[in-house]
Amino acid sequence: MTTTSTKVVGSNPGGEWPVWEVFLQEGEEGSPHKHAGSVHAPDGEIALQNARDVYARRGKVRSIWVVPAVVITASSPSDAGPFFDPAQDKVYRHPQFYKAPRGVKVF
Amino acid sequence: MESPEEMLSPRAATIAPSELPTFSPAVRTALFDYLLRLGDDRLILGHRLSEWCGHGPILEEDLAIGNVSLDLIGHAQAFLALAGRVEGKERDEDRLTFFRGEREFRNIKLSELPRGDFAFTIARQFLFDSYAALLMEKLQSCRFPELAGLAAKTLKEDTYHLRHSAQWVLRLGDGTLESHAKVQAAFNDLWAYSGEAFVADEVELLLAKELGIPDPSSLKAVWVERVSALLKEATLQVPADCFMHTGGRKGLHTEYLGKLLAEMQIVPRSYPDARW
Repeated sequence: MTTTSTKVVGSNPGGEWPVWEVFLQEGEEGSPHKHAGSVHAPDGEIALQNARDVYARRGKVRSIWVVPAVVITASSPSDAGPFFDPAQDKVYRHPQFYKAPRGVKVF
Repeated sequence: MESPEEMLSPRAATIAPSELPTFSPAVRTALFDYLLRLGDDRLILGHRLSEWCGHGPILEEDLAIGNVSLDLIGHAQAFLALAGRVEGKERDEDRLTFFRGEREFRNIKLSELPRGDFAFTIARQFLFDSYAALLMEKLQSCRFPELAGLAAKTLKEDTYHLRHSAQWVLRLGDGTLESHAKVQAAFNDLWAYSGEAFVADEVELLLAKELGIPDPSSLKAVWVERVSALLKEATLQVPADCFMHTGGRKGLHTEYLGKLLAEMQIVPRSYPDARW
């Protein structure tokens, strides 16, 4: 799937092109790429161009990643309980019991 | 990186409020004509591309073509505004766009041909983008600072346009049998319109001497080389040498331009002082 060739992948006649998820890096060098949305494209280069035209034309974008949506393994809504709920009542999992050195302002 | 204000207002970003250099009457006349050529190529092609709005093969490509169209119209706005200043008869870019007749337009015929199918649009765009990028590459070192600056700014977008159209030529040519046949037919039909941009006349020859603009005939060999290389990569045949249409630079156009202008100009001509 991660082809960079010009061959059309997944070219099922009459079918849709694969979906690519788009991540944009804005602002400072080294800042994280954040999910912006998705585009359809037959391959990576076209996905990159589509992402540029759909999401990156007006903002101050520094870099774009496109990722075939099929390679993303995602948790499902029904996982939400078992995955995330236990964190809510276990305060000891939050790093709030440390004494921050003087001069550190983030806490 | 440009600020949003600059991107929204190409005039503010590209035209310095400085005084223009003093030109001799002959150079002024030639320069006005040359700037119309640059502006009209982009205005008319930009308008043609805008016809795809809402008709693109997929949403993403619809947006991409619309973006290229807006870029070209933005370039036209800048070149025509500069043309108006050079002419010195108080005609701004809107006046030049909406209140000139067909015979006063100086675009090459390649720009005005109907949009055809997607393969035709892409093939035309690739031929034009290759030319535009090459021209702007050279024009940015001419000896008229305002024009050199505009060329440098335009080149950045032309480079992106070329990447877009070239990638599509590769995919259509080296795609399915149907896409290959359609894009090959488009190049065959368009080839006779591909030579006009490279014919130098007295306007360009004078400006080449006086202001260091590129002689268009000097660009042709590189253009042919670059275009041929990509067509071969796309498994397409480079069309054979043939008769080349000319005339657009002198205001002699195909039947298609008049209809395009009628649609483009009807509102300002019907309501000359309309504001919206």
